[in-house]
Amino acid sequence: MVPGPTRRSIVALGAGGLALSLALAGCSAGDSGSADGEVELTFLVDNGEATVGTAEALAEAFTAENPDITIEVETRPQGADGDNVVKTRLSTGEMADLFQYNSGSLLQALNPDQTLVNLADQEYVDKFDENFVKSVSTENGVYGVPMGQSMAGAVLYNKDIYAELGLEIPTTWDEFIANAEAVKEAGTAAPIVQTYGDTWTSQLFVLGDFNNVLAEDPDWAEKYTNNEAKYVDEPAFAGFEHLQEAFEKDLFNEDFASALYADGVSMVATGEGAHYPMLTFAASQLATTNPEAADVVGTFPLPGDDPESNGLTVWMPTNTIYVPKSTEGEKLEAAQQFLEFLTTPEACDIQAESNAPQGPFVVEGCELPEDVPAMVSDLQPYFDEGKTNLALEFLSPIKGPALEQITVAVGSGITSADEGAAQYDEDVKKQAQQLGLEGW
Amino acid sequence: MTTATASGRTAAGAEATAPPASSKRKPMKSPYPTWFFIPAGVFYVVLFLVPTLASFYFALTRWTLFDVEFIGLDNFVRFFQEPQLVTGFVNTFIYAFLTSGAKVVLGLLLGVFLSSQIIARGFLRATIFFPVLVSTIGVGILFKVLMDPFGGPINESLAVIGIEGPAWLTDPSIALLSVALVDIWKGVGLATLIYIAGMVAIPQEYYEAAKVDGAGAWNNFRHITLPLLRPATVTVVLLSLIGGLRSFDLIWAMTGGGPGFTSDVLASVIYKQYQAGFFGLSTAGNVVLFIVVAAIVFPLSWWLNRKGDDR
Repeated sequence: MVPGPTRRSIVALGAGGLALSLALAGCSAGDSGSADGEVELTFLVDNGEATVGTAEALAEAFTAENPDITIEVETRPQGADGDNVVKTRLSTGEMADLFQYNSGSLLQALNPDQTLVNLADQEYVDKFDENFVKSVSTENGVYGVPMGQSMAGAVLYNKDIYAELGLEIPTTWDEFIANAEAVKEAGTAAPIVQTYGDTWTSQLFVLGDFNNVLAEDPDWAEKYTNNEAKYVDEPAFAGFEHLQEAFEKDLFNEDFASALYADGVSMVATGEGAHYPMLTFAASQLATTNPEAADVVGTFPLPGDDPESNGLTVWMPTNTIYVPKSTEGEKLEAAQQFLEFLTTPEACDIQAESNAPQGPFVVEGCELPEDVPAMVSDLQPYFDEGKTNLALEFLSPIKGPALEQITVAVGSGITSADEGAAQYDEDVKKQAQQLGLEGW
Repeated sequence: MTTATASGRTAAGAEATAPPASSKRKPMKSPYPTWFFIPAGVFYVVLFLVPTLASFYFALTRWTLFDVEFIGLDNFVRFFQEPQLVTGFVNTFIYAFLTSGAKVVLGLLLGVFLSSQIIARGFLRATIFFPVLVSTIGVGILFKVLMDPFGGPINESLAVIGIEGPAWLTDPSIALLSVALVDIWKGVGLATLIYIAGMVAIPQEYYEAAKVDGAGAWNNFRHITLPLLRPATVTVVLLSLIGGLRSFDLIWAMTGGGPGFTSDVLASVIYKQYQAGFFGLSTAGNVVLFIVVAAIVFPLSWWLNRKGDDR
């Protein structure tokens, strides 16, 4: 039996809810807060502890320098629910004056040309890393300013376990599996940690493998965007294949189906798990839950077939700050001032302090502090030697929304790698059509 | 659609409490002037009619909230090609019929039990109804914790008596059933309430007459209570079936349609498309859901009610 109104909301969401929110969009003019030169800005960020902390620290430091401008930090959920909030508020003109969102393909889904303020003519854009600019641009403009650092999608590993078992950092997939088998043999730790209680964590085998894809075919991303390269074919298929192999060899932790991201990070930190394919933003999680393990958890790239091309798949700062077109007049001026402040070394220092660094900065003049955790300092050699490639989501606007469910299904042995890759190719087609790309 | 079923509900509900009279309802002339209806009419048109008609149009477009491109029936073609759709359809029916059936049976039994002369009847009635009042999402999150295969209280308790509990929500073969179980627990109170109301409305004279004829408890139940509870049963079946077909919140809170796609239902498939920004596609999905629910519930409602009138 059903409490009617809650169930009814589904249909209402599809039909009534949209029309209603569209109708209400007109009524938001004339916000408060512009008495005697003082400006109050709203700043929407996701509710991750680290994000909120950094945003508030930055807002405070900025207000200390500019007493006329106060910034109020608002929060939204993370993940797909948060995407929903951002898209809906943007499209109805209800967005906060500043907001944090992803760069790369997720940004493209916001239709930046129509919804965001173009920053291309600002001086600070010249200070940005070229790859970063690529990840926040369309053909018509540059839209975002980074908050935080770049990071890598790689394998977090427990250095103590490696020392104890005398293992070496693997440079090929076979070596990696051999290491995992050795850990399994020793019996003290889960060889590879997976945490499908948070479905997004399941994607790393596929997304983190992209350096190896590009190593085999440097034009893969372009072909992919043009509907010429597919995940069912090598080299991209390897990610799905590896995931299936790891499951079939029974290398996952016992509770992989229900464990959460935070559990996964703790497991590697405490030695309950040996490897955890993850983004290095886990450094902030580690600093919160297991600060004592800062030097225990290291990083190496997700290996492919060829030891020569072994390198990191790199993500540009996912926390990027945008200004919606609905911000106007003196609020826009104030928002621009805040963005400029974000690109100063002073602001970078605040970011590095309030939140454990997850990789190198992408703004010229910003340096990491000396005492970064091993997870991050292990990345530096790859950056120095140029053994890095951008992740696919920064090279192509297409990312299928169902990847996390598909990789959970493959990693849990529910579907095969072939089937999963084929499903993902179909999923991607929807996204490409929605974006109106040619050739789909 | 929502309003049509809502009026169906109240009609069926009214029958449940009224004695099964044979008098036909006459169309009454409205005592109000026409302009009395305008405020409600405006609300109805703006909040229900316009969005419903708009959704039929948007289902035929590729829609980003910013641009609309008319693409004919492509959304429907694509919707039916979704890999998770087949699972979604099958799961929707399993879920709807399972929860609906269980609520009828359990609701009837509990209704009989709670309308008999027992100690603390009021308290017991309140207890069985309590879960209906709790937020569905809250219940979902609570049971997610209770059903955790590692350290969740349910499996811990089972371990005490030597049973190894299953991985309720993470085992693909039983995840949907676990959610259905919680749905039944949460919803059975309302079914019970409807049955109790139906039972109270049965005139005592029938039982007295049967007693004179020497009928026992079983015959009383089989030949008086059960047939006269038909209107209540119709209400319970329709309400829970509609609810089951459209069920979403509990599934979303407990499994998110996972692991993988194994506990996806139509509504969660649609929701995920909406989340991904495929607004035209998900609107098409809602139109399909509307048609499916209508195609099942209208004939069923007609059939159940017609049988009732024949008597």
